Amino acid sequence: MRKGIFEMKNVLNGLAALGLGLAVATAADAAEFPIKKPVEQDWSFAGPFGTYDKGQLQRGFKVYREVCAACHSMNLVAFRNLTDLGYSDAQVRAIAAEYEVEDGPDDAGDMYMRPAKPSDRFPAPFANPQQAAASNSGAVPPDFSLIAKARAVERGFPTFVFDIFTQYAEAGPDYIHALLTGYSDDTEGHEVPAGTYYNPYFLSSASLAMAPPLSEGMVTYDDGAPETVDQYARDISAFLMWAAEPHMEARKSTGFVVMIFLLLFGGLVYLTKRKIWSDAH
Amino acid sequence: MSAGHSTYTPKTGLGRWMDARLPLPRLVYDSFVAYPVPRNLNYAYTFGGILSLMLVAQIVTGIVLAMHYAANTEVAFVSVEKIMRDVNSGWLLRYLHSNGASMFFIAVYVHIFRGLYYGSYKAPREMLWILGCIIYLLMMATAFMGYVLPWGQMSFWGATVITGFFTAIPLVGEWIQQLLLGGFAVDNPTLNRFFSLHYLLPFMIAGVVVLHVWALHVTGQTNPTGIEVKQKTDTVAFTPYATVKDAFAMVVFMLLFAYFVFYIPNYMGHPDNYIEADALKTPAHIVPEWYFLPFYAILRAITFNIGPIDSKLGGVLAMFGAIAVLFVVPWLDTSKVRSAVYRPWFKLFFWLFVVNAVFLGWLGSRPAEGIYVAMAQGATLYYFAFFIVIMPVLGLVETPRRLPNSITEAVLEKKSSAGAPATEQAKG
Repeated sequence: MRKGIFEMKNVLNGLAALGLGLAVATAADAAEFPIKKPVEQDWSFAGPFGTYDKGQLQRGFKVYREVCAACHSMNLVAFRNLTDLGYSDAQVRAIAAEYEVEDGPDDAGDMYMRPAKPSDRFPAPFANPQQAAASNSGAVPPDFSLIAKARAVERGFPTFVFDIFTQYAEAGPDYIHALLTGYSDDTEGHEVPAGTYYNPYFLSSASLAMAPPLSEGMVTYDDGAPETVDQYARDISAFLMWAAEPHMEARKSTGFVVMIFLLLFGGLVYLTKRKIWSDAH
Repeated sequence: MSAGHSTYTPKTGLGRWMDARLPLPRLVYDSFVAYPVPRNLNYAYTFGGILSLMLVAQIVTGIVLAMHYAANTEVAFVSVEKIMRDVNSGWLLRYLHSNGASMFFIAVYVHIFRGLYYGSYKAPREMLWILGCIIYLLMMATAFMGYVLPWGQMSFWGATVITGFFTAIPLVGEWIQQLLLGGFAVDNPTLNRFFSLHYLLPFMIAGVVVLHVWALHVTGQTNPTGIEVKQKTDTVAFTPYATVKDAFAMVVFMLLFAYFVFYIPNYMGHPDNYIEADALKTPAHIVPEWYFLPFYAILRAITFNIGPIDSKLGGVLAMFGAIAVLFVVPWLDTSKVRSAVYRPWFKLFFWLFVVNAVFLGWLGSRPAEGIYVAMAQGATLYYFAFFIVIMPVLGLVETPRRLPNSITEAVLEKKSSAGAPATEQAKG
């Protein structure tokens, strides 16, 4: 490979030139939102062998049910999916039965309300976006089914390159946790319009229409986990990651088998290739 | 498909019967078994095979996805999520397909850069190169329309921006845009026709790939020295030599592919595409998929009017020109020497071009404001200068290094300069 395509000196020169250009460029980014970048948290589901902590998902579900669900729908998640959280079929049926959903039309042509079944999806708190907006000073509370994948703060250069190697895929939960714990009375000189709340972690402006939703002790945990805003935020973030990516554990465990197979298979093909080519010279 | 005499001799009665009627086994034998390939091909030459693999992978996953997807604005977004949540292994199919598109482009960029580096486009391989450019164009159209199908925010707004380019064309622009959209804005008719075309174009790609491979087998492959095959010792048989080498490269490439699919499947996507399309909410920054970013940067670099051409049309012309210029590369390069290995100055400018292309890609992801615009203009200038100025001029003024007399001599030289019986060296 003396004069091959990957000649080292040229590649290095190129990278140096690129680095110089980027150093100049990143200086121009400063004024963008969010004002503060989220702090990376430790998540049980991070990394190649990450799994959801079922206890944490159950706590997060409790926070969702008792706090968030008053305004935020979760249209894509069905009660039957809750078995992923470690609930038995009977428990899922009991949870579902606590909700009323509309069904019908019946034989008389009328719609009627009935207790939810495991096959039903979570009923939305508002009938339509207009009603949601009217009840929330004009801002529609976003649906929660995919929010952990639909929100991420840009990582910037060179972090986004390192992210490939560290398998960083937790930008969503990191952002949700930062937002929920990031409200502050000190607006640090930023203008905050009436009816909005200053939060330096908010993605698209200095303040948002949602009031701080969590406060210490508002949700009772029965597993001894601390009843703090930080813990609530952590648990709901994990729960929302599960809601957005329910097959993550299957994905990662399948991935491990696939990688091992490809490595072994690749090794064998390589040895075969060496053997075949050894008589070509 | 191959030039020269066929060495296929059917061994069985059935084989002879078939050979007299439809000599398909002979075609396969001549094209993929006995076909001679230069013995000094390195791993940069394995990406043609990798691209074939990716095309098949995309078609197979795509056909199954189409069984579950619904091309209607009311349900498209939810039908994709249904695939992700409720279809057996749907998450795997969908992540394979979406990451497969990115892998396809990674492979095609390596393949194109390899062609540029080793001068693979020079006579008599101009048709081979042009067919490759057509495949690349079809890939871009397919990928763009595929990205619209999940009906997320970036799908919708990307489609709005890109179809909006066509309005810059004088006289017929508006008409072309409305034909593409099936209306005055991106809506259900747009989604329906994009789905239809997204299903059609891969098969057109497959058709052009057949022509591409045919043209390749007429002229034979180039090699890192750029010297044509002259004697029997310059080549090895496609099978087993190239087959096993291609197979190894494919497995390594699949490792990269699997790494993205199973561990960071959303790395190359945009979070906004997990928000359902909303015609009333424009995202803060509309960015296309990463593989279009260099062209997006070129589009936005033209912020000034040039005579009667306003900046909008200028940007569109520059963007399409950046692709169109590839088609005439065989006639822009005036050098008699094919490979950059023997062209020290071309080699330098080539690597600058690669770095510049990556830089343009990064600029495409930045907002078009402030210092980014100036940098994009500089990078766009170099992009075009490389083809229009450097390629023709360098061929006339550059003194190339001494060329070996044959591929065999080059291989032997390499071995002796390495000292030891370096078996790996010659292989690449």
